[in-house]
Amino acid sequence: MQASNLASRRRHATHIAATIFLAPALLFLIIFIGYPILDSFRISTLEWNGISAHRTFIGLDNWGALLRDRNFWAAFRNNLTIMVFSLLFQVPFALALATFLDAGGKKFNLFKVVWFFPLLMSSVAVGFLFRYALDANFGLFANISRLLGGSGAIDLLGDPNRALFAVIGVICWQYIPFYMVYYLAGYSGLSEDTYEAAIIDGATRGQYFWRVALPQLFPTIRSGAILSIVGSLKFFDLIFVMTGGGPGTATELMGTYMYRNAFMTFRMGYGSAVACGMFILITMIALIAMKLLSGKEAGA
Amino acid sequence: MNPKTKKRLVWVPVMILALFWLMITGVPFMYMVLSTFKQRFEILTNGVFAFPASFYTNNYVEVLTGAFWTYFRNSVLVAAVSLTILLFISACAAYPLSRLKFKLNKPIFGLIIAAMSVPIHVTLIPVFLMMSGIGLYDTPWALIGPYVAFNLPISVFILTTFMAGIPRELEEAADIDGCGKYRTFFFIMLPLSVTGLATLAIYNAVNMWNEFSFALVLTQSPRNRTLPLAIWEYQGQYTNDIPMIMTVLTLSVVPMIIAFIIGQEKMIKGMMAGAVKG
Repeated sequence: MQASNLASRRRHATHIAATIFLAPALLFLIIFIGYPILDSFRISTLEWNGISAHRTFIGLDNWGALLRDRNFWAAFRNNLTIMVFSLLFQVPFALALATFLDAGGKKFNLFKVVWFFPLLMSSVAVGFLFRYALDANFGLFANISRLLGGSGAIDLLGDPNRALFAVIGVICWQYIPFYMVYYLAGYSGLSEDTYEAAIIDGATRGQYFWRVALPQLFPTIRSGAILSIVGSLKFFDLIFVMTGGGPGTATELMGTYMYRNAFMTFRMGYGSAVACGMFILITMIALIAMKLLSGKEAGA
Repeated sequence: MNPKTKKRLVWVPVMILALFWLMITGVPFMYMVLSTFKQRFEILTNGVFAFPASFYTNNYVEVLTGAFWTYFRNSVLVAAVSLTILLFISACAAYPLSRLKFKLNKPIFGLIIAAMSVPIHVTLIPVFLMMSGIGLYDTPWALIGPYVAFNLPISVFILTTFMAGIPRELEEAADIDGCGKYRTFFFIMLPLSVTGLATLAIYNAVNMWNEFSFALVLTQSPRNRTLPLAIWEYQGQYTNDIPMIMTVLTLSVVPMIIAFIIGQEKMIKGMMAGAVKG
């Protein structure tokens, strides 16, 4: 009796301690993430410029408009294009670079340092850098073309047919180093012994990579892919700075479209509907991706 | 073909690819830094690859004697305050999640992890309205709450994993000595987590230093904006003065590059820790 009383008192004390320790973190999450999500859904039912006291409840009108809004779905399609190309280029390229660094060790430190550089820059800085580096007349490619005897006018960001692909190129430039570090972390998690055992058993470097390292890295590759998928759908600052969604709507994304509606034309209600639509689409795609990719692993 | 030559032959394309990527990452950087020493029209007449005609340093002088330090100070202030709060409360949260047994442990941890994939856009308008409502709009202070909240999930996740790896012996000894949960946290867990906290500090500092979206929406006047916004403002001020804009870009990256040179290993480790979030 005495003992169980003591135990329950201890459990009670533990509960109180847990609550006190967790409270500040949960408070921040509720105030700045949880509540705003709900509030966005509420605002999406209003016709409102965000400033005036005049706000009209319009029910699901914004949502109906969103479903029929060609610009929103075009923006979503651009996000999907970025997603597909990001997966196609970032995952294998980053894996190749990480494999190279892992095989080379300290010898390749120079490569590691330089390859790491883009990670230190803010998206805004990257955006501006490439806005000028890709300039049609004075940019890097224009200069290279002139050196090779060309006309020296290569318009990448200003041509509606090329702009999205130029943007994807810059995204790869910025994020391949990130996934490289990610896979490098995966490599450092593999034990030295496995490598040595494989080599002693007569495996070549290539066999080690395909038969031993790759299967063990699969969970890392999978979560890298999910990060890349979710990241591609959330893109904002880089594109906002580099093209502002243009030329026309060639590089418009859900994020830039939301910003345009809420903070440039001050349609807070509709902007909220766009933001919520974005939230729903991202959550759905993330869940599907997780399901598909984990299913694949179970089969392997 | 003997195995040795075969091995060399494999390395040739590999090295070519490695050098290719070295150029892809390196050339834009060289372009950026080289441009800062050029005069405004030099790029237009001599091309971007030419070495600066004279080592022109006036761009730096002009930027550094202007409003640059105001942005810089705001960035330091916001990052320092947010980082302090963030590290402390994530350590507080990681302790019960990694050590204490209570019913809601797993669900709360799951909820925090789920918060990682929330896009900031769904919170921008409400947070903007909230900050306007309490009078913090257009002050650097408005950025602190969102910066803490959005970096919290990953930080709690990393610290929880870190603390779970700390051996329990010391705490058990403390427990027998009648040391309560609170003292155990402050005098045992916190000091033992210093390496984890340092790694986390670097990872989050880079994120906060570079954050753009909240800073764009929550501040308006130049004297209250942070460095990423300075780039934005200078762009309007020096339209098409490429060397000037490149100077601002270079100066905004310099603190990160210095940090990288000093703590290269720690920084890569920090990034790796941050990378294993999936």
